[in-house]
Amino acid sequence: MDHKRHMAKLVLEDGSIFPGYTFGSKRSVAGEVVFNTGMIGYPESLTDPSYHGQILTLTYPLIGNYGVPGEKKENNLFTYFESDRIHVEGLVVADYSADYSHWNAEKSLSEWMKQHHVVGVSGVDTRALTKKLREKGTMLGKIVCDDKDDISLEDPNKRNLVSEVSFKEPFVYEKGSTKVVLVDCGVKNSIIRAFLERNLTVIRVPWNYDFSKEKTDGIVISNGPGDPKQCLTIIENLKRVLSGNIPILGICLGSQLLGLAAGADTYKLKFGHRGQNQPCEEIGTRRCYITSQNHGYAVDSATLPQDWREWFCNTNDQTNEGIIHISKPFFGTQFHPEASPGPDDTEFLFDMFLRAISK
Amino acid sequence: MRVRRFNIKKVLVLGSGAIQIGQAGEFDYSGSQAIKALKEEGIETVLINPNIATIQTSDHLADKVYFLPLDIYFVEKIIAKEKPDGILLGFGGQTALNVGVELSEKGILQEQDIKVLGTPISAIQKTEDRDLFVKELEEMHLKAPVSQAVNGIEEAVRAAERITYPVMCRVAYALGGLGSGVVHNQAELIALAKKAFAFTKQISIEEYLEGWKELEYEIVRDSYNNCIVVCSMENADPMGIHTGESIVVAPVQTLKASENFKLRSIAIKVARHLGIIGECNIQFALDPHSEDYRIIELNARLSRSSALASKATGYPLAFIATKLILGYGLTEIDNMITKETSACFEPALDYVVVKYPRWDLQKFPNVSLHIGSEMKSVGEVMAIARTFEEAIQKSIRMLDIGMNGLVCNSLTFDDLEKELMEPTDKRMFAIAEAIKHGYSIDRIYRLSKVDPWFLYKIRNIVEIEKELARYTLEDLPASLLKEAKEKGFSDLQLAKITKSTEQAVRETRKSQGIIPFVKQIDTLAAEYPAKTNYLYLTYNGTEDDLAFDEERQVIVLGGGAYRIGSSVEFDWCCVNAVMTLKELSYRTIMLNNNPETVSTDYDTCDKLYFDELTLERVLDICEKENPLGVIVSMGGQIPNNLALPLHNAGVQILGTSPLDIDRAESRHKFSQLLDTLGIAQPEWKESTTIAEAEAFASRVEYPVLVRPSYVLSGAAMSIALSKEELKDYLKIASEVNEEHPVVISKFITGAKEIEIDAVAKEGELCCYAISEHIENAGVHSGDATMVLPPQRTYLETMRKIKMISRKIAKSLNITGPFNMQFIAKDNDVQVIECNLRSSRSFPFVSKVFKINFIDLATRMIMGENVSPIDRSAFDLDYVGVKAPQFSFIRLKGSDPTLGVDMASTGEVACLGDDFNEAFLKSLISVGFRLPKKTILLSTGPVDSKADFLHSTRILEEMGFEFYATKGTAEFMAANGIEAEVLNWPLENKEPNVFSYLSDGKIDLVINIPKNIEKEELDNDYLIRRKAVDLNITLITNLQLAKRFVEAIHKTSLAALKIKSWHEYV
Repeated sequence: MDHKRHMAKLVLEDGSIFPGYTFGSKRSVAGEVVFNTGMIGYPESLTDPSYHGQILTLTYPLIGNYGVPGEKKENNLFTYFESDRIHVEGLVVADYSADYSHWNAEKSLSEWMKQHHVVGVSGVDTRALTKKLREKGTMLGKIVCDDKDDISLEDPNKRNLVSEVSFKEPFVYEKGSTKVVLVDCGVKNSIIRAFLERNLTVIRVPWNYDFSKEKTDGIVISNGPGDPKQCLTIIENLKRVLSGNIPILGICLGSQLLGLAAGADTYKLKFGHRGQNQPCEEIGTRRCYITSQNHGYAVDSATLPQDWREWFCNTNDQTNEGIIHISKPFFGTQFHPEASPGPDDTEFLFDMFLRAISK
Repeated sequence: MRVRRFNIKKVLVLGSGAIQIGQAGEFDYSGSQAIKALKEEGIETVLINPNIATIQTSDHLADKVYFLPLDIYFVEKIIAKEKPDGILLGFGGQTALNVGVELSEKGILQEQDIKVLGTPISAIQKTEDRDLFVKELEEMHLKAPVSQAVNGIEEAVRAAERITYPVMCRVAYALGGLGSGVVHNQAELIALAKKAFAFTKQISIEEYLEGWKELEYEIVRDSYNNCIVVCSMENADPMGIHTGESIVVAPVQTLKASENFKLRSIAIKVARHLGIIGECNIQFALDPHSEDYRIIELNARLSRSSALASKATGYPLAFIATKLILGYGLTEIDNMITKETSACFEPALDYVVVKYPRWDLQKFPNVSLHIGSEMKSVGEVMAIARTFEEAIQKSIRMLDIGMNGLVCNSLTFDDLEKELMEPTDKRMFAIAEAIKHGYSIDRIYRLSKVDPWFLYKIRNIVEIEKELARYTLEDLPASLLKEAKEKGFSDLQLAKITKSTEQAVRETRKSQGIIPFVKQIDTLAAEYPAKTNYLYLTYNGTEDDLAFDEERQVIVLGGGAYRIGSSVEFDWCCVNAVMTLKELSYRTIMLNNNPETVSTDYDTCDKLYFDELTLERVLDICEKENPLGVIVSMGGQIPNNLALPLHNAGVQILGTSPLDIDRAESRHKFSQLLDTLGIAQPEWKESTTIAEAEAFASRVEYPVLVRPSYVLSGAAMSIALSKEELKDYLKIASEVNEEHPVVISKFITGAKEIEIDAVAKEGELCCYAISEHIENAGVHSGDATMVLPPQRTYLETMRKIKMISRKIAKSLNITGPFNMQFIAKDNDVQVIECNLRSSRSFPFVSKVFKINFIDLATRMIMGENVSPIDRSAFDLDYVGVKAPQFSFIRLKGSDPTLGVDMASTGEVACLGDDFNEAFLKSLISVGFRLPKKTILLSTGPVDSKADFLHSTRILEEMGFEFYATKGTAEFMAANGIEAEVLNWPLENKEPNVFSYLSDGKIDLVINIPKNIEKEELDNDYLIRRKAVDLNITLITNLQLAKRFVEAIHKTSLAALKIKSWHEYV
C-alpha cells in the first residue's frame, strides 16, 4: 500500500516541491518539466523521441491501467511503440495503477520503466503542477528519490538533442518503387508506418546527412526534440532543396525547420502544446481538426516570407500549426498527422503529400 | 462574422413528458439549454411538455408553454395554432423523436412547411430502424452484431436458429431498452417476442456478445462537417447489462490508445455518413481479447448519456448542439467554460467520473432484483474524483441507499457465486465481499465479466479496510489515514472500522492536516486558465483551485439522485431558490450530484459543487467557503435530514430552525405538539416491540398504518389489515431506520386526502394552496391525482385546514416552505403529515397559480419583506390536475396497484377550463387512451361494485360493450346490465380474460383489487399485469374510475382545448 512506499519528490527551478512515491526505476534525474493533457496512450508518448530530455507530467490522473504491450516488430519497427526505447527522463502522475488489465499487455508500466531505467513519481497533485507550469511557463526540474538530492538542474535545450536521438547511419525500409528520404530528427515509428502503409520505400537518414543530393521522390523532415535553431545542418540542407521542386513534408520540428530554412523565425512557447485535443483550423476554411501535438517551439507566422503562407492555426491560442508554399509542393504541419496517440483527423495529409509526389 | 444559415423566427420544442424509467430529468436539462440557446438568437420558442415540475416549463424560458400531451393529436393541433417555422426533435428523448417521426410520416411537417432543425428525419429513421441502420453500416464496411429484423414470431424463431442461441432480442423505437432481452431457447424467445409485438411491429434478433466491453462516445457535428468526440465512456458492467443499469466511467479506462482512437474514428465516420447535425451518441461493444468491435446503436438525439457526458466534461452539449442546429460552425462558438477558447475541441479530463444508477426495486416485491438488458433504475448519481477508488466510494454514498461506501456496510450474501454470475443492484458490494472471502480476481472476472482493472481497484479498497482494522483511531498512522481518505473512505467509514465516532475521526484528521481540496472542472486539464465555477473535492491534491474570497454566499443543498418520491420537482425548487438568491445579489453555491438536473448546469449558480450530500462534505465546503448559511428546505428529504446535524456542528441553517424541523419530523414530538394545540390526528403509538404494536392495533381496531419516522415516499410504510400482516410489516419497517422507532396509527377508511403547500415567515402564513386528492386516503400522496383548486371539498373543511396550518406555522415558527397532509371525513379534519420543506407539489401549485412559492419562500428565508398573498381558490377561472406517471411496464412482475407506498416515477399536470378537461388531458399525458368500444370490468368487493354501478350505467348509455369476470358480471346482470363473462386467467378456460387482452379485444381495464382473498388477488394481479404488459389502459382505483367515467361522458377528446399556460393565467 502507498503509505509504505518509497518517497520521491519533483523539485522545480522556482523551488517548489511536489512530493510523491516512486515507481519504475529509483533514480534521480533532471530535465525540462512539461505536461501532456492526453488521457490515453502512455506507451506511445513515453517512446516519442520528442520528449528526450524532458520530465513528462500526465494531467490525466489514472495511469498504467492497461499495462504495456510486448516488443513485437513489423518492418523493423516496434508495433506498439514510437521508437526503440523510453525517451522521457522521468514520468510524473497522480495515481499510478500497479495492477493492469489488457489482452495485449505483457508487463506493468513500472516494470517496463525499470527495464529502461526511467523513474516515475506517483501521488503528485498534477493539476497544481500543471497550473504552475501554465502560469510560469515550462521550467527545469528534477526528480529526487529518497531525499538524495545530489543532482543539479540542467537545460536540455542547450544541447543538440536531435543528434542524441537520431539514427547514426541510413536505414532503408523497402516497399514500392516510390521513395522518400526521411530525415531522422527523432522520428516516431508511426510516421514511417504511414509511408510504408502507402507502399512507399523510406530511406531513413541521420539528422546531419546531406539529403539534398539524394535521388528521391519526396523529402520528409521528422519530428524531434528541442530547439530547432540547434539544427543548423538540417536548415542548410533544406535551403538547398527549397530551390528545387521535390515535394517536402515537415512534421512538428520538421515544420519549424522548414520555416527557418524558408527564412521565417521560430520562438519558444510559454508551456508548449502537448496533448490530443488541439484544435487546428485550416486557414481560409471553416474546417477545424482535432490534432495530436507535442512541441515547445513554434514558427512565428508573421515572419513567413512572401512565397509562403500560414496553412493551419491553433484556435486556442492562434499560434501557427502549419505552413505551405504558395506554388511549390512544400508543406509543414506543426501537429502530428500520424497521431499515435491521438485522433487521426489529419491523416489525409499523408495522402495529400503522396499526390504531390506522384504528380 | 456570425452567419445563421436558416432564417427561423419561431421554433417548436418538444419536451419528454413525465419522468419514467428510461426517460428522466436529463431532458429537462437538454430542453432548457436548447430554449436558452434559441432565445439568445432572438428566436421565439413554443414548448410542449406536460411535465409541470420541470425548469423548461418556467415562464422565464419558453415564450409559450403548452401543458399538453406529447402525442401526435395534440402536437398537430398546436402546430396548426402556432405555425412555427421549425421544430426541435432531439431534446425531448425518445418521446419527442417518436412524435417527430410520426409527424413527418403523416406528412404534417411538410404540409405545414415546418423545417426539422438538425439531424434530418431520414437520418433519424435510419438510426431507429435496426434493419436500415445495419444496412447503412454495411455500406460503410463497419461491423454491427449479426442480426435480423423480424416482423413476426415465426420469423423470429427462424432467425434465432440461424444466429444460434443465446441471442439478443431488441425492440425498435424503445426507450430504455423496453422489452429487450437475452433469450437462451425457443420458449424464452416466443414469450419475449409476444410481449414485444404488442408494442411494435418489428424486433431484431441479434448475436449475443457475452462479456464484451461496452463503450459510448458522444459526438458533435456541425453543418461544415467539423466533427468531434466530446466524451468517451466505459461501462464497468459488460455487454448484456443496459447502459442505464451500468456503472459508467469517463473517460474510458481499460482501452489502449489504438482501440480508443479507432472507435472514435468509426464514431465520426458514422455521424458523417448519416448526416448528423448537432449531437448524437454511439454505443460500441469491444472484444476484451482483440480489437474486434461491433456498433450497437446510435441515438440521433440528446440522451441520458449526453447529459452525463456534458456534466462529466463541463462541455455544454445541449446548448452547443442547438447552436449548431441553427447553422453555426463549431469554431464560431465560444467554450463557455474557459471563455478563452472555442467550442471546437475535445475536453481533456484531469479527474475520473463514475456514474452509479439508483434503483428502488425493494418497493416492488414481485420485481426481480436482477439487472440486465432492460432498464429498471430510476435515477443516477455522478461522482468526480482523482482516483477510481475515491470516485466509486463517493458515488455509492451519493445514492442515499444507506451504504457508507463500497465497504463498511451490513450486507450479507447467501450465494456469492450466484450473485456474481447473475448481477443484481448489489453487484459491486458482492464483488467486494467476494474479494474479502478470498475469491481470486480471475475467478471474479470469469463469473462477473467485470474487467479485472475495476476488480483490482475494488481490491485496493478492501485491502485498506483490512489494514485499517488493525488500528484504533488513536494509533492509526497518519499516512494510512491519508491513504484511506485518498481512496474515498468517509469519516463515518473510518469511525466504523476503528470503532470511533464520525466527529472524532474528523477532528483527528484535521489535526493532522488531512483535508480535502477543491478542484475545478475546466474542460482542458488546466492547460488554459478557466473562469469555471464547476467544482469537486478530492483528497488527491495539495492545493485548492480557488481563493475563497467571496462574501454574501449562500449554499443551497440539492436533492441528489432521482428516485421514487424525490425527483425533478425538487430540482425546480433548488433552481428557483438560486435564481431568487441571485436577484437578491447573494452569491449562490449549489451542492448536488445528479447529472440529470438543471441545478447542476454551468449557468445556474455562481459555484457548483458536484459532490456528496453528506454531513462530512457539507461541513468541508462550509469550512472552505464560510457562507452566510445553508438552505436545506429546497432539495427534499436528504437536505432536510441534514438540518439538525449541521446545526449541531455549528453551521448556520437559513429558514426554519433545525430544532423546529426536528419537532415536525419526529412523530412523537409532532404529535405532542398537535395535542397541545388541540389539533386532531389519527390515534397512534410508537412501538419498539411487536407485542406492544399488536395490543395497540387490537384496541383501535384494524386496519392500522405502520411507518418508520423520517420517511419520504413512504419507505416501508404499509397498511395492516390483520395481526399477521402487522407482524410481517414490522419486520420490514424496523430495517429501515434503527435509530427511530416504528409508529402505528389508526387507518381511517373512506376519507378524503387534502394537502396544503404554503410559505410562512416567522410563523406567519403568507401564501398557500390547498389541493384535493381524487383517490381516497390510503393512496400515497405521490401516487394520487391532485386537483387545484379543490372541486369537491367542503368550504368548512378548507377553512379548518387553513386555520390548522396557521396554528402550526406559528408554533413551529416556520420561515420558508412547508407542506401538510390532512384527511377529511365529513367535516372532520385530521393532520397526517407535516414537512417543513418544499414538497413534490410546489412547482404544480406555483405554476397553476402563477405565483412562485419558492421565490417567496426564498425571500422570506433571507429576511426580505414580502406582503402576504391571499389568493382565494375562487379567483381561478380554470382547474389544474396533476396525475402520476407509473413505470410498471418496465418493472416486470410488479403489481400495478396503488397503496401507501409510493410507486410512481413521475407526474404531469394539465390545465383546463373545468375539471373534466384538465383531468382527461393529464391522464392522456401519462399514457391513458380513451376507450373506443370495449371495457373489461372487475370491480372488486360488493360495496365498490355497488359504488361503481352508476358509472357502469353511464358507460352503458354511451354504448360501450362490457366484458366482466364472473362476480362482477353477476352483479351487473342482477342490475340489468349486460356483460360477456370471461374466465379468470388461472381457470385456463375460454373465453378467457388473457386471450381477450392479448387479442386486443379490450380497450380499457377497470380492475378494483379486493385485497382479501389470496386466490382472487392472484387472478386480479394477473389481469392487471397483463394489461400493463400489453399497454392497455388500466384503472385500479374506484374514485379514479368513477371520475374517469364522468369525464369521458361529459367531455370528449375533440372538446379538449388547445390553450397555452399563458392563455389561462
